[in-house]
Amino acid sequence: MTLGLINANPIVHAKKERIPRSEESHSDHFVDPLDIYDFVRDIRDPEHPYSLEQLNVLSEESISVDDKLGRILITFTPTVRHCSMVTVIGLCLRVKLKHYFPAHYKVDIKVSQGSHANEESVNKQLNDKERIAAALENPNLRQLVDECLESNEL
Amino acid sequence: MERLELKEVQKLEGHTDRVWSLDWNPATGHAGIPLVFASCSGDKTVRIWEQNLSTNLFSCKATLEETHTRTVRSCAWSPSGKLLATASFDATTAIWENVGGEFECVSTLEGHENEVKSVSWNASGTLLATCSRDKSVWIWEVQPGNEFECVSVLQGHTQDVKMVRWHPTEDILFSCSYDNNIKVWADEGDSDDWQCVQTLGEPNNGHTSTVWALSFNASGDKMVTCSDDLTLKVWETEHVGMQSGGGFAPWRHVCTLTGYHDRTIFSVHWSRGGIFASGAADDAIRLFVENNESQVDGPLYKLLLKKEKAHDMDINYVQWSHGEKPLLASASDDGTIKVWDLVS
Repeated sequence: MTLGLINANPIVHAKKERIPRSEESHSDHFVDPLDIYDFVRDIRDPEHPYSLEQLNVLSEESISVDDKLGRILITFTPTVRHCSMVTVIGLCLRVKLKHYFPAHYKVDIKVSQGSHANEESVNKQLNDKERIAAALENPNLRQLVDECLESNEL
Repeated sequence: MERLELKEVQKLEGHTDRVWSLDWNPATGHAGIPLVFASCSGDKTVRIWEQNLSTNLFSCKATLEETHTRTVRSCAWSPSGKLLATASFDATTAIWENVGGEFECVSTLEGHENEVKSVSWNASGTLLATCSRDKSVWIWEVQPGNEFECVSVLQGHTQDVKMVRWHPTEDILFSCSYDNNIKVWADEGDSDDWQCVQTLGEPNNGHTSTVWALSFNASGDKMVTCSDDLTLKVWETEHVGMQSGGGFAPWRHVCTLTGYHDRTIFSVHWSRGGIFASGAADDAIRLFVENNESQVDGPLYKLLLKKEKAHDMDINYVQWSHGEKPLLASASDDGTIKVWDLVS
């Protein structure tokens, strides 16, 4: 891996208070963005021992759902504009959410507007299904992703 | 105007991961020889499917496994139907031969630096082309004894090359890429001097995002391409190949089909009967045909039909079989292959 961290001094935020989600009955087709957020907020950043939530990479506003079309959009904010770990974060999100939705749902992942120097090219790579599949067959990348997904929460 | 319908003939299960691609064996489906096709998958295997002549249903005749160590991304039968080339994310291309009912891997083509995305045989079966995320296109010559010699490594694309296709009649190679361009390659000096003779990009009314696939019409003077930019584009040439005194005739944009797809179009295939089918990430298959009621400045192609929810997930590949009454096969992320009949 790289010798120097891309962002040696990330700003760490307090974790948002967790409100226990009540056992509401949802229809099979209803996907709640806050449920998705709960599921991904603790993914560990590839470089630092903090969650994506703590680094403000993800927030509740990151997730939007269109149930009618079956589309989910996740927008995240890398900690620095030249972050090269963006594709790893994208992979982590996809692996974590792999069997989460009904099969026909489509997931798009983007960096938030203005948050990255190569926004357009990064967004293209984050959503190229073939590139994602190949990356996940790379043992080194797969290992990094698995490490990020090991839960730290009790 | 008769109403046409895409009727599902069969759903084929067996692969344990997404099915990326398939290829109908060109030497089957006539003269009493049952139709055969090969499919390839993220499960690292290739499956061979054969139609039963009395029931018309397909069943899996063989599974080619324990050779590729990663996803098998594309497969192509040689024109004689005797060899099957399979391209894999493991950076190799394997060549298989049917030896007394069993498929044996008779050769492994190495050289690409990373994932091989596509493989294609020329019309005479004397040349093979492969392309990769390493941005290059390789041309291999078929030698006796199932030997393959690399005769050219073509650089030019600036990104991942998604597909290569030989022209149906001429030894001219086409490639399309993540760099949004389509490139045309020809052997200039007749001595393995392969060069890029044309690039179809944004300045030529080309695509504005990754071009995933291309397909030729039966006569080879038109081609359709599909892209992540949500459009299909039709291109044409005045004549194909190096006709006497003419030299290479460039391809030019004919029309763009916009507004029919709202997600990436992964595959397009032109039937011998003039219908082209698209397979997209919205789980639908669409058929297009030339617009005979075309007025001046009117659309040259029209949507013949849209099959929504053709699969439960993204469609990665569609291909018409050859023969008089072609079937359409589709491959999906849902791990299944479907065979369709176009009926009225």
